[in-house]
Amino acid sequence: MNIKQSKEIWAFLALSLILLFNLIFTQGFFSIEIRDGRFYGSLIDILNRAAPIILTATGMTLVIATGGIDLSVGSLMAISGAIAAVMISNGDFPTIFLFVVPIILTALLGVWNGLLIGFRGIQPFIATLILMVSGRGIAQLLTGGQILIFEHQGFELLGRSYFLGFPVAVSVALLMALAINLFVRKTAIGLFIESIGGNSTASRYVGINDKMIKVSAYVVTAICAAIAGLIMTGNIRGADSSHIGLGMELDAILSVAIGGTVLEGGRFHIGGTILGALVIQSLTTTILTLGVPVEITQIMKALVVVLVSFLQSENVKEIFSQYFNPRKKALLTPIEKQIDDSTKEVLNV
Amino acid sequence: MKGMKVFLMGLFLAVLCLSGAFANGQQEKSDDTITVGLSNNGAESGWQLAYYNSVHEEAAARGWKLNYVEAQNKQENQIQALRSFIAMDVDAIVLQPVVETGWEPVLKEAKQAGIPVILSGRGIKVSDEDLYVTLICSDFITEGEMAGEWLADQTNGKASIVELQGTAGASAANDRKKGFENIINTYPEMKIIKSQVAEFTRTKGKEVMEAFIKAEGDSITAVYAHNDDMGLGAIQALEEAGMKPGEDVIVISIDGIKDAFTAMVDGTLNATVECTPLLGPKIYDAVQSTLNGETLPKFMPSDDRLFDTTTAAKELPNRKF
Repeated sequence: MNIKQSKEIWAFLALSLILLFNLIFTQGFFSIEIRDGRFYGSLIDILNRAAPIILTATGMTLVIATGGIDLSVGSLMAISGAIAAVMISNGDFPTIFLFVVPIILTALLGVWNGLLIGFRGIQPFIATLILMVSGRGIAQLLTGGQILIFEHQGFELLGRSYFLGFPVAVSVALLMALAINLFVRKTAIGLFIESIGGNSTASRYVGINDKMIKVSAYVVTAICAAIAGLIMTGNIRGADSSHIGLGMELDAILSVAIGGTVLEGGRFHIGGTILGALVIQSLTTTILTLGVPVEITQIMKALVVVLVSFLQSENVKEIFSQYFNPRKKALLTPIEKQIDDSTKEVLNV
Repeated sequence: MKGMKVFLMGLFLAVLCLSGAFANGQQEKSDDTITVGLSNNGAESGWQLAYYNSVHEEAAARGWKLNYVEAQNKQENQIQALRSFIAMDVDAIVLQPVVETGWEPVLKEAKQAGIPVILSGRGIKVSDEDLYVTLICSDFITEGEMAGEWLADQTNGKASIVELQGTAGASAANDRKKGFENIINTYPEMKIIKSQVAEFTRTKGKEVMEAFIKAEGDSITAVYAHNDDMGLGAIQALEEAGMKPGEDVIVISIDGIKDAFTAMVDGTLNATVECTPLLGPKIYDAVQSTLNGETLPKFMPSDDRLFDTTTAAKELPNRKF
């Protein structure tokens, strides 16, 4: 892989910078102890808290790659958590049902999103806004507007327990992200998605079933959000319909953007998205651990985001490459440069 | 085609005007029943649910008409709700504000329409206090002071405290912090070693507490949370870090929700300051007096109490929220 062309490099750089900052300024940030047979430390916290973001952002990457957006992920998380909590408190279901039923029902809502967008041609922003607003209401109705608390050992496996010393949630999130990545990259689906994101109409004329692929993307996102919701619900042993996943859509979109996927659609980078999610969470954890005054917290986050987007922009890259290789670029006239760039793109070097 | 569009537009506007006229006409006829427009935060917690029940039951008992609009925690929704109340020409507006600032324009509109506004739950910051009739709520500063005094008493004035703050900008958060500090600052050996926003939620409370434990470790001797949910989240974080909340670390929070009482009976939470949501009767009394032309004090505090592990078990069955 050519480093200069790699989109993931900037997210990786941002993550390294945050970790480097902590290495210098935050005492004990990298210390990992073993307590009660599991790893314990700030880094583990980051992974554990990033798991729901990784999941939703992975789904979001596919949706954004098709040229869409899914604002409903936060509400879908609340719904899946609420369904599980209602099931636990109202009956004696086998544990596997507590995972499968919420995921299937939430996936159906993903089908709804997909149908509106793929088949009815409604703007993704508007179509998913419907469930973003009403979905949280549905979740609140399910739990009666309260935090529905429960204790269920089997269900809590996902959100609270550890496997080989690592939080189960992290393994699930990473496995899911890798599985999705493998699936889209080892089949033609990934190319289809990118092609639809590039030009939906052209793709249809080439013979790609753009409608079904769009629906699938929203369904996968809904499934990811459902799992994330189950993780968060299990983690606090309660379905907090009003707050779980609140603002998650923004974190997910941000992760995708930091990870180098262009928000207009087309090329996508799930690896970058995972790094993006880790950037967001390590930033939050850093701020909390350091004890930055509350008023500055949001500004600090914004600054980092601005910095990452700045580094990613084509113009800045141009300046950088000129700086590293001044002679070649300076000799080219603007038109020559344009030709040079487009040749590069075609040859993919 | 263009002419058609203009015609349809005109028709639409005419219908709008007519419907408005009819709606106004109907409103004026049924003037004898009192109509109250109530805009609240959102039904996100047990407190809100109890508040919801209280205002609805009391309205039904008095035979009043209650227009209840939920704001999903967004100020713009509340302003919109208030504008529609003004358009409906209700007799009184009850507002449970999401945030403290930014209310002047819409309250001025209400004043121009001659509709009294009663605040409940939290206060607001306006330059002209005449914009609202009265504020009915718990005194958050007093709550913070009660928590501080109890903690000073329990620890003999010696504690390293971490504080979980509510949503930035909410008066419940600002005042509970202020009240608590009023007391803590008089004890030289009581210190707040870390303080962060945890947004009044369990998930955030847990996440922030996890970070605090990593940063401060065993030096934390007390947790002060601006609401019970954050406190309960912090308790989970302490337990998962192998510490004993309630024993190794004293946990005190505010609100007095049912889950908090359960936790106190379990011994994981040490104390909670009640913030009663059963404000229906008090609010409607105030509405009635205002409509009768009486003047009310600008602030009418509700009566809050502190419960700890010694009194929790007896009170638990009585909790409505």
